[in-house]
This record gives sequence, C-alpha cells and structure tokens, in this order.
Amino acid sequence: MSGYPDKKGHFGSYGGRYIAETLMPAVIELEKAYKLYCKDKDFRQEFNHYLKEYVGRPTPLYYSNALTERLGGAKIYLKREDLCHTGAHKINNTIGQILLARRMGKKRIIAETGAGQHGVATATVAAMFGLKCEIYMGVEDIERQAPNVVRMRLLGATVNPVSSGSRTLKDAMNEAIRDWVTNVHDTFYIIGSVAGPHPYPVMVRDFQSVIGKEVKRQIKKAEGGLPDMLIACVGGGSNAMGLFYSFLKDNVRMVGVEAAGEGIKTGRHAASITGGRVGVLHGSKSYLLQDREGQILHTHSVSAGLDYPGVGPEHSYLKDTGRVQYETVTDKDALKAFKTLSMCEGILPALESSHALAYAMRVVPDMSSDKVVIVNLSGRGDKDVDTVVGLGETEY
Amino acid sequence: MNKKKINRLEETFSRLKKTNKKALITFITAGDPDIDVTGDIILVLERSGADIIELGIPFSDPMADGPTIQASSERALKGGVTISKILSVVAGVRKRSQIPIILFGYYNPIFSYGLDKITEDAARAGADGFLVVDLPPEEAGEFKRYTDLRGLDLIFLLTPTSDDDRMRLVAKNARGFVYYVSVTGVTGVRNALPLDIKEHIKTARKFTNLPIGVGFGISTPEQARTVSECADAIVVGSAIVKIIAENHKKSLILKGVENFVKGLKEAMDG
Repeated sequence: MSGYPDKKGHFGSYGGRYIAETLMPAVIELEKAYKLYCKDKDFRQEFNHYLKEYVGRPTPLYYSNALTERLGGAKIYLKREDLCHTGAHKINNTIGQILLARRMGKKRIIAETGAGQHGVATATVAAMFGLKCEIYMGVEDIERQAPNVVRMRLLGATVNPVSSGSRTLKDAMNEAIRDWVTNVHDTFYIIGSVAGPHPYPVMVRDFQSVIGKEVKRQIKKAEGGLPDMLIACVGGGSNAMGLFYSFLKDNVRMVGVEAAGEGIKTGRHAASITGGRVGVLHGSKSYLLQDREGQILHTHSVSAGLDYPGVGPEHSYLKDTGRVQYETVTDKDALKAFKTLSMCEGILPALESSHALAYAMRVVPDMSSDKVVIVNLSGRGDKDVDTVVGLGETEY
Repeated sequence: MNKKKINRLEETFSRLKKTNKKALITFITAGDPDIDVTGDIILVLERSGADIIELGIPFSDPMADGPTIQASSERALKGGVTISKILSVVAGVRKRSQIPIILFGYYNPIFSYGLDKITEDAARAGADGFLVVDLPPEEAGEFKRYTDLRGLDLIFLLTPTSDDDRMRLVAKNARGFVYYVSVTGVTGVRNALPLDIKEHIKTARKFTNLPIGVGFGISTPEQARTVSECADAIVVGSAIVKIIAENHKKSLILKGVENFVKGLKEAMDG
C-alpha cells in the first residue's frame, strides 16, 4: 500500500492542493515543516509525552462482554477514544499540529468545528500553550452542540458563528479558510480531519495513527492475533484513518460507516462516498455530495460531526481500490445504538461513533463467536444528550 | 479544431498600450440579479469604459470571496443559473461586441461540467479564457491542456505571499495576463490598499512579460487611478456587484453601473 500519496499529495487521482494562490506558500511551508519534524526525535518525544501524560494514552481496548452476549456473534471490542482528554480522538491531532505551529513560530490558531469536539480539542491545546484561538462553527451546530460551545469559551477561545450556506461544518470550513487567507502570515489553521489540501490529509492521518498502533498491540495481547474486522464512522474520516492505517497491509476487513441520515434515497444524508461523485472542495479532490451543476449539496445527519458533504481523499482512494468497504447507517439506527450501548455498558457514545456501533450491531450476529470485531468509539456522547432528548429518544 | 483565430485579450492590451492607457477589468456574477439582465450589464459595462469582462460562474461555496460576492453568488444560484445558461449569454454578447470575456470561478462546477466539454462550449460561445481561483498551476495541468487546445487563456494569480519560486511557476504557465491579488484576503471593498503593490508588481515583471492586472479591494476612482499607474490593468468587482444588489429595477442597475464605471475610467485615463 506504499507509494502514495505522491509528492504533490495525490492518493491516486484524489487529494492534491486546490486552494487560492495566496495559501500555496503557507501549505508548502507547512509541508516542509512537517516533513522535517515528523522524523525529528525531539518532536516525536514531545508529541508522545503529551499523548501519554496529557491525553491519557494509551486508551483502553475494552472487551464489551455485555454487547457481545446481547448480539450473540463475534466478540466486540471497543477502542475507547472517548476516554481521551476532552472526550474524543480529535485531541491526538491537535496536539501534533500545535507542536508544529509552535515550531513554525505561528502566534494565532484557527479551526473549524462541526460537533465541537475538534473545536474543544483545538481550544484546549491553544490554552495549554497560551496561543490565541478562534473557532468557526455553523449556527445550526452551535444550537445542537451547545455544551461544547460553552467549553470552548471557557477555554479562552473565541467562537465565531457562521450563518452562511447550510450553517454547518462545511460553511465553518469556508469561513476558516477565509480567515486563513486573510491572516496567513501569523496564523496556523488546525484542520480537524484527514481533509483539506496536502499535507493535511497525510499529517492528520499520521497524528491519528496512534489509535491503530495501540489497537494492534492491544488485540494481539488480548486475543493472540489480528482482529477480523475494524469498524469506524466516516465524516471527514480522521478516526477511521487513524484506526485503519496500521492495518492496511494486514488481512483484516475494514468498514467505514457513513451517515445515511433519513435514508440515502431521501437525499437527506451525508454519505459522500456512497451517494456522491468525484469533485473538488476545501482543497482536495474526493467524493463529494453535489448537484448536477457541481454545486455542493446541503447534507443532513443527526450527528454534527458527520454532517459534511466531503470525505478525506485517502478514503476515496481506499474505496476505489476496494481495500476498505464503505457502508451507511441512518439517524434512527445510530440513535438505537446510542441507547443500546448506554443501557448495556454504561457508556454514552458520541452520535458519530454510534454509527460505527450500529453497523457492528447489524453484522456481528451473523459472525461466528471465534471472530473479533473492533469498533472505534471515537468520542463520548455527553455533548449529544440535548439532541437525543430533543428527539424524544429518552424513553426506553 | 475550435482554435480561435484572434486573441481578443492580446489585442485589447496592445491597443491600449499604443495610447498609453490601462485596461479596466470589471467583474460581475453571471445570473445576478437574473440571467436575462447579465448580457445587458456586460454591454453597459463596455459602453461605460470597461475593456475586459470577468464573468463570475457562481459557486455554492465561494471560499475566496467576501460577503458581497458571496451574497451575489447565492442570488444567482437561487435564480437557477447554470453554466449552459452563462455560455448562452456569452454567445449573445458576442453577436454584438468583441469585448474579451474571462470566465471566473471555482473548480468544482467546471470539473463537474467536464473539462473537455466546457472548453469546447466556452470557445464556441466566444469566451476568451478562464480564471479559476482554487486551481493553482500544480493542479491545472489537465485543464490547461484543454484551454490551450481551444485557444483559451488560462489566467493565474500572484499574491503578496508569492515568493520567487511561485512567481516563476505562475509566469511559466500564465496566458493572457497575470492577475496580481493586491491583498492577502478575500474579495471585497477596502478603504485602504497595501502600500507595497508597486514593489510586488516590479518584482513580478522580472518573471513575466505578460500584462499584469491588479484586483481585490479596488473600489474608488482614486484607487483605480493610483493602482493603474503601476499596473497594466485593474479589476473592480465587489463595488459593481454592490450597485447591482442595491438597485431592484433593471434600469436603475444599468444606470448605476454606467455612472460608476464611467467614473473609474475617467480617473484612470485622466
């Protein structure tokens, strides 16, 4: 699986750098810095130090006995990224990027956020290192992820509401890019997913690949070998790439789960790979939800973190090569999985991660009990309680 | 093939050069307020002194644009504008005018239409080139093969952040003219322009013999005059789009645009 991306950041025909000329020197500078520091011993040591002492890694790989018994098939393990400091895998990446920003002498941090997890993770590391931080967030997401907005503000970040377009993650990213192009001389843009122009998709994947590395070690210890299947939700796709990357060369099935919203056929969904076609948005070429004219479609998912019309370019590549299988889960099934895990394991999963869980619940009963399935529990669900209550989903 | 015989951009710049004049490039969003008015606005722009037209292909996510052009794109898309309709307007204008028309937009609608088909249809309609804001030279190879084949100019940008390497790369790929973005930022009216524009253009001229146009932020006759002293062309967009947004009757739009553009041109020529 080596040989990609190429020097200009192409995964096959995907990825690349489709950005304004003003930003080209900035991403070239970032690429140079990343290339230098990703092999630098001090940088790696510092990164690993914060992952261990600040984030709390390694996160457990938890054997869910209750869920396994309930479904009566393969063994289910949960990778507990929800136990990371700030409650999701997002901080693995923001630690890496802020260490880079510091070495590059940048004084100001900006980020986009959907569910607010990346925003919180960015505001957190900015607070830790005393850097000024501004977060762009769609007005609709500000409403449905209110607790995270409060957290960001408490961490000293400015949250800029974005009311253009669909008022969600896509529009937050547009606005963050507009800020970046205006303040490029002193500003570092911490992108939260394996999306954006090269080198972001590679860099974010590398920072998140700690997830899969740990899983590999942990499952060998627990089960004496490799798992049979890995499952992760895919919006932009950073938790999925983080889990999958270390297993790409192994004989392990991998499934990325997209948000089917109210159903693919209704058009109200956010499944870019399943329901989209190739296009260019936010700096890279990838599968994209768009109309016949190439205008980007409004998306829908109960999960703000998956409510995005694009997907990281490496996922598009892995889809085309067939290495990863992409499936979808509706809002309804995700909510059901949310409730199931809460009730039977005492773990409130993020609505994003609930999509991965729901897919596991669909396929695990048909797998034999000697098989092992790992679900990436990418975040915790506390931020989603208002959404779940609002949907009248508390009665069980 | 559809190779054009004449290069209207080249002709325009050499004609102006003979009288020591600078080109006024005006931007409007196609389909704002509606596609039926776009052709008329273009003709009024020309009559009022515009030398080149930048015709915006609206995009749902205009990341390089400020609020004025964002709103304009939104209005145009709500009105149902499509690339086919835009090219029909170009063809209509071409029957009555030889003013160079550059199609200005973002890559996704162009890519979605098809690179082969859009260059063929644009050349047939009488367009003269493309400027694609999110398509730097590194990614432009495939599109450039088609624009070259159809005799269309693919215009690239330089910015205050461009170093020698970028200037070299842009100069190597540029056709028609080089568009210098005067500010780091998005499109939109600005009270003050950076003082280093002149320096940057001087540096850029070491790398290219093509005319250099300056855009982003120019909105007043005074700014137009000052910047045109060191450039070969200036681009005015948001200020015109604003006039279109503020007037609801077609006649008022045309009158407002005419007065404004005449003022710019007089300042530049004066």
